[in-house]
Amino acid sequence: MAEFEPKIVAFVCNWCTYAGADLTGTSRIKYSPNVRMIRLPCTGRIDFMLLLQAFGQGADGIVVSGCHPGDCHYTSGNFHARRRWMLFRRLLEFLGVDLRRVHFAWVSAAEGAKWAELVNQVVEDVRKLGPYREFPRRLAAADSRAEVA
Amino acid sequence: MDTLQTFASAKLAAGEVKIVIGYQAGSDATRARPAFVSDTAEAASLIYDDRCRQNLAVYLLKPEVRAAGRAAVVCGPATLRTLLQYAAENRIAADAVVAIAVDADGTVTELADLEAVETHVARQPRGLTPEQQAEIDRIDALPLGERWQWWSRELGRCFKCYACRAACPLCYCSRCITDVNQPQWIPVAADPLGNLEWNVVRAMHLAGRCVDCGSCAEACPQGIRIDLLNRVLAREAVVDFGVAAGVSRRKDYALASFKPDDKEEFIR
Repeated sequence: MAEFEPKIVAFVCNWCTYAGADLTGTSRIKYSPNVRMIRLPCTGRIDFMLLLQAFGQGADGIVVSGCHPGDCHYTSGNFHARRRWMLFRRLLEFLGVDLRRVHFAWVSAAEGAKWAELVNQVVEDVRKLGPYREFPRRLAAADSRAEVA
Repeated sequence: MDTLQTFASAKLAAGEVKIVIGYQAGSDATRARPAFVSDTAEAASLIYDDRCRQNLAVYLLKPEVRAAGRAAVVCGPATLRTLLQYAAENRIAADAVVAIAVDADGTVTELADLEAVETHVARQPRGLTPEQQAEIDRIDALPLGERWQWWSRELGRCFKCYACRAACPLCYCSRCITDVNQPQWIPVAADPLGNLEWNVVRAMHLAGRCVDCGSCAEACPQGIRIDLLNRVLAREAVVDFGVAAGVSRRKDYALASFKPDDKEEFIR
């Protein structure tokens, strides 16, 4: 049987991490292809429901990444996001979600190398944890997973 | 008890309030039900004892009650905190409500405005009961997998009646995100994923706003301890941000403010 390839969904900010990941590519740094990136205007826009939806549709791990504190394009979006993540993490922990599947990071537009390193590390961590079978999936997602497997 | 009834009757007679929201004996000896008293004769039917656990502040925002005019509401400690949170969220005007505070020992105090409510609340003890604390500690101590299984079983019993939403004084959106179906954000089905999503959404939308009244779990026909989700987040907001809901009239919502040096050791 082939080695388990985790599906990682990354919710990233348009102004920093997305550009950072672009830099990873233009710098020709090779990194794990397991990540699917979703570009949003700001980390402040990233509703916790998006994370649950990603898990519900078959993700094994999630990365949320945005601008370093003080660098937000909208001044304070990432500060608000940070507070929301703190409470959300506590809630997930209390519910018994493995926090090793949910990663938060600050990756600026200049940190192409950091992005590659981050993704590689998350993929390796989640690979060790295995598929996230405990999480209830949407029916359609379960089907597509079966197809892949 | 007499004090409560005579007080309500006097306020109505003087025309200071148009409606008194309190409790009446319910359909059997173990229950109390909300009472909306608008004439003095009915005031005699008001009761207050340990059956009266529902947070009556939830009715203050209803159009029918608003239309009735200035209201007096019978308040336990949690209901008083709700009034402050309402004021902080610009739901009620400073003089729109007369709080009839009933303390644990049965003392009835009139709190004519929110300033008085704030002073009164500051003197009241607040915190988890030993039972609540023990239950949270028990769940936290479970190994990860068992904790997940336990909650999956608990939330799996939810059939999405939304009684928790109806009972919660702070779930007051006129159109709840759960009811939005184009696009459908929260699935309506009471399946494992839908139940998880609904309960997480409920807890998160109340994070930093919940005043710890416990009406949600009280209303749950399945007896699911959903209040624990809120209580855990309320504690977390106090620990991380030093912000508690329902202590002041000032807007001080944990998730609508920030400090540049909020902790972030979990962020890479």
